Amino acid sequence: MRYLNKRNRAILREMVSTDFKVRYQGSALGYLWSVLKPLFLFAILYFVLTAVFGIGKSIPHYPVYLLLGVVAWNFFTEATVVGASSVVSHGDLIRKISIPRYLVVIASSVSALINLALSLLVVVILALFNGLRPEVGWLMVPVIFLELFVFAVAIAFILSAAYVKYRDVSYIWEIILQAGFYASAILFPLQKVSPEGQKWFFLNPIVQMIQDIRYFGATHESVTLWSKFHGLYMLYPFVVILMVSCIAWVYFKKQSKFFAENI
Amino acid sequence: MSNIQPAVVVHDLHKDFILPQHKDTSLKQTVVNITRKNGKTTQRVLDGINFEVGKGDFFGIVGRNGSGKSTLLKILAGVYSPSAGTVHLNGTLTPFIELGVGFNPELSGRDNVFLNGALLGFNRKEMQAMYQEVVDFAELGPFMDQKLKNYSSGMQVRLAFSIAIKARNEILIFDEVLAVGDEAFQRKCLDVFERYKAEGQTVILVTHDMETVRKFCNRAMLVSEGKIVEIGDPRSVANKYSQLNQDAIDVEVAGNTQTHDTYLSAKTFNQDLKAKNSFAVGEKMIVDIGWKGLTADRIESIGVNIFKQSGEHITGINTRFSRHASGWKEKGQIAIEFQLDITPGTYRLLVEAFQKEGQVVDALLKGPQFSVIKSDIQWSGLVNLPHSWHEK
Repeated sequence: MRYLNKRNRAILREMVSTDFKVRYQGSALGYLWSVLKPLFLFAILYFVLTAVFGIGKSIPHYPVYLLLGVVAWNFFTEATVVGASSVVSHGDLIRKISIPRYLVVIASSVSALINLALSLLVVVILALFNGLRPEVGWLMVPVIFLELFVFAVAIAFILSAAYVKYRDVSYIWEIILQAGFYASAILFPLQKVSPEGQKWFFLNPIVQMIQDIRYFGATHESVTLWSKFHGLYMLYPFVVILMVSCIAWVYFKKQSKFFAENI
Repeated sequence: MSNIQPAVVVHDLHKDFILPQHKDTSLKQTVVNITRKNGKTTQRVLDGINFEVGKGDFFGIVGRNGSGKSTLLKILAGVYSPSAGTVHLNGTLTPFIELGVGFNPELSGRDNVFLNGALLGFNRKEMQAMYQEVVDFAELGPFMDQKLKNYSSGMQVRLAFSIAIKARNEILIFDEVLAVGDEAFQRKCLDVFERYKAEGQTVILVTHDMETVRKFCNRAMLVSEGKIVEIGDPRSVANKYSQLNQDAIDVEVAGNTQTHDTYLSAKTFNQDLKAKNSFAVGEKMIVDIGWKGLTADRIESIGVNIFKQSGEHITGINTRFSRHASGWKEKGQIAIEFQLDITPGTYRLLVEAFQKEGQVVDALLKGPQFSVIKSDIQWSGLVNLPHSWHEK
């Protein structure tokens, strides 16, 4: 395969491992932070949501339900935000060497993926404490994360190419992510929304993924796309991902020729 | 050289840069620019470049700053894409636009070797095989587990350079690598070039140093304003380049008339009394010094100093030292002739008028600059002292 030949694999590997080695430079706990960070974030959220607002009592295994959503959203945020700036932040490489430009975007997404894996480790431990037992359905979780990964990478490609020309992109994307966080029903169970309102949430393709992850990973009471819609509607998120991916491919390919001179 | 397939074939290469008057770095500006059409200028940097580099060629690309040679190099390296035309490579190419690309100060020397190696196209296994050689050549064995940020800049350059010469590909491009590093490093570079030449390695070298071109290149090309001025024999290309440089400097001199109101003035001429600011090594330079308003009883001598751009005082000559007694009038002129047996570079003249007591009456601090350009006369050090050899 042309895109993952020996040379590109070597570059990808070194870039990801550099990123990982450099990330926790100078911290005493080092890599442990990639596990501790989601753990503490979760502890705070759980305390605020259950003890203060009393949300989630009606949902079995709510801690796992909540944490899966948070972890998935954090992954999406990291992959797109870091990915958006990846081309510009590797400007010195791009101006001096002819590595395939898509590699820097992929490398940042893979770094986010590794963080996701570590976070998921925390989730699994918590799930076991919460009384969940491993089941076949869990195998679907990585598959849906793969779908999320593809979506995040496609967006990262568009953003990173646009960011070279317009630095506004990062601010706009931050605002969209802020809105998206609430439009993705991360903190509150979707059940709390009126049945008609629930349908609107699925306009956001991420909701399908997060709800499916929760369905297979935490509780079958998670509201899913396929419990609300039937027929061709069920393809909606996949069509969106496909379209975004196509745009990303064409746009990035066209723009990447001029990265070196535009950065 | 006589291989059927050339290593690099460049055909009718064009490159335009589109330069907006103000770079649109925010959406608002773009929106404004759409409605209020902003002028964009197209700068043609390369204008129809055709050449071939044969396998085993040591090919030099020379040109003044802004001639387009760096852009050409970046297109060959695949960093820029051409506006029109094609570049065809037979074999893998490694560009060294800069040594140590991607070096990360937070990583250890060892990790940086693998990172840099990957960017040059070698995977972990291949780098593992040459790792020891790289470390030995850089003479950095005991430091490889230290972070790069704790290396001195000399150590960093050494490491980068060792990787560069071990991680070889069929075609190598060097951009001004000789410009960095100290003399010992430059000598090491030249040794490596020597070896490449002997081994028939295909090398493309971009440089300002005509000596390197004359010494190593079997073919060379002079680029000016995006076009090839001359291609072929490195000696004639190097000469043409020096000529081009000299012309440019002379144009600057002509347009740079002195307009200060000091009493002293100085101008440089060549042997034929043509106003000139650039001279070949060993050439005669005549400095015309003029003065006015210096009362005869106050002025006792006139001194001329030559400083190197970097500050070294090359010489200071005074009419008193030379016991040249002049009938000092209020206004007058004097000329001094130098034989410029000094190392190539840029120099500055400092002219002073002294009183009887040795105090400076007036000084032309911003005296004219001149440059000395390489010729066939060679030696090392700053000055070529008058000398002669005798058989015994």
